[in-house]
Amino acid sequence: MPGNPIDILISRAGLRGSAVQTMYDYYMGVFGLDMPIWKQYLNFWTSLFQGDLGISIYLFPTPVTDVIMKAVPYDLALLIPSVLLSWIVGNNFGAFAARSKRLDNTLLPFSYILSATPYMWLGILLAWAFCIVFRIFPLAGGYSFAMRPNLSFAFIGSLFSHWVLPFLSLFIVQLGGWAIGMRNMIIYELEADYSNYLKALGAPNKLIRKYAFNNGILPQITGLALKLGEVVAGALATEVVFAYPGIGYLILQAIHNEDYFLLQGCFLFIIIGVLMANFIIDIVYLLVDPRMRAGMQGETA
Amino acid sequence: MTTQTKKNEILYFALRNIKLRIGVSILLFFILLTFIGPLITPYDPYDFVTSGAFPPSGEYWLGTTTFGEDVFTQVVYGLRATFIVGIVGGGLGTLLGLMIGFVAGYWGGIVDEILNMFTNIILVIPTLAVLLIIAAYLKVRGIFVESLFIGFTCWPWAARAVRAQTFSLRSRDFVDMARISGVKPLKIIFSEIAPNMMSYLLLVFILQFGGAILTAATLDFIGLGPTNTISLGLMMNMAVLWSALILGSWWWFVPPGLAITAIVGALYITNVGLDEIFNPKLREM
Repeated sequence: MPGNPIDILISRAGLRGSAVQTMYDYYMGVFGLDMPIWKQYLNFWTSLFQGDLGISIYLFPTPVTDVIMKAVPYDLALLIPSVLLSWIVGNNFGAFAARSKRLDNTLLPFSYILSATPYMWLGILLAWAFCIVFRIFPLAGGYSFAMRPNLSFAFIGSLFSHWVLPFLSLFIVQLGGWAIGMRNMIIYELEADYSNYLKALGAPNKLIRKYAFNNGILPQITGLALKLGEVVAGALATEVVFAYPGIGYLILQAIHNEDYFLLQGCFLFIIIGVLMANFIIDIVYLLVDPRMRAGMQGETA
Repeated sequence: MTTQTKKNEILYFALRNIKLRIGVSILLFFILLTFIGPLITPYDPYDFVTSGAFPPSGEYWLGTTTFGEDVFTQVVYGLRATFIVGIVGGGLGTLLGLMIGFVAGYWGGIVDEILNMFTNIILVIPTLAVLLIIAAYLKVRGIFVESLFIGFTCWPWAARAVRAQTFSLRSRDFVDMARISGVKPLKIIFSEIAPNMMSYLLLVFILQFGGAILTAATLDFIGLGPTNTISLGLMMNMAVLWSALILGSWWWFVPPGLAITAIVGALYITNVGLDEIFNPKLREM
């Protein structure tokens, strides 16, 4: 990264005269920047395997791992409920809308517009409507600035009221995509042979739709794995809007302060997180699809 | 003779399709605005035309920012950046996706294994995280550089889709025929396989176009967009940074977001319309 983060640290301390050079050398030593590049690179890998990501420059002298660990709960609290809920609601919505003319024509364009909305714009609109105009929810931060983290109802309430809007903006934008995907799947499944056969047997519509839904849900699980990267990106932007203290906000601070240890740490953490989530989704897929299950147990499907 | 009637048929359904009509008219409106806008506004995007933020009025159509810049001018110039990112980034993404998809799908075997593994790795990595790092390392960024990076990271799903299509076309009789008569593989891909999925490729390009615009907006909003021009994402970034929310100057952040949503939404709706035209099964009678 161009520019020297140490200069920023020193200018922040407001030093002058010979103290500048002394502190400069001290910081260079602390961060290990006075070594040749190849040695810095080797050091990076050895400490990485020891679970050490270095020291944050922006929040000197907190280790990067601590900074990230403090931010991760906020991210998980945003991502897990919004991804799962919008997936469930969106799929049911799409299945419900498929093949009913009026719903299809009203909900579908709406869903397309939703999935075309940039995450942060919806976030900004929600923030403007609910924080400024109606004054229902607070605008920024993870909890009230007047509080210290503790285990009281007031604090949890404050956490919750700060969480609602970022959650909503993530939830709403994702909804459209799932609804569209499920609608298309249901239409496709309703034309399959087994649906026609069931219809010919005189099975009730509800039963046929249930089977179609069960078959349509499988590609949607794969879709979830593929969508994760995009959702994480959306979460980063949303956190910036609400100054929500998650990884996205950290990245922004890291960039502004040229804190490349922190930036690297966040980057690694996001990638590992997404890979792990993909792994979990793969396992869930195995559990949900009876054919895969049978294959794993060595039966012939 | 047959191609003539086929063309007429597509045109007939294209004109009748309401989704296509709506999508294309919205797109045309914004394209026209991009070209005409700079001519009808007397200012430059960063000109200070007045003092402070004023709501929309007859003089300043979309109001002014806290610094007294004309929002309409900024939107019009920002649209240009949006379309450039869409065309360059989306185009590059489509092209890369096509190449990799064709090669993997046509040759199969070990080439396919390697390319497919590569595609899957890129597919799973959150591209925005990669773009963030790249953008943070580049001090001066132009709109073209941004588009190139977006193009280089957004191709994987296109590659997968094209690969699957190529697989299904590869073993058709007419492809076998060409192969037996000794046509070179590249020629087979471009003259036998590609024309048969032309409509599909158009849809891929449209989706890539929209995706590139959204990615660029996110990057710009985080403050890693172009440093030398205006863009719609940058406008939203400035609006949030200079507390347009608290000051209640909604005219600063609503127009850029609305323009992005309208353009990308119109692209998606056009896509559905085109899908219905190319695929008779989906047509509503």
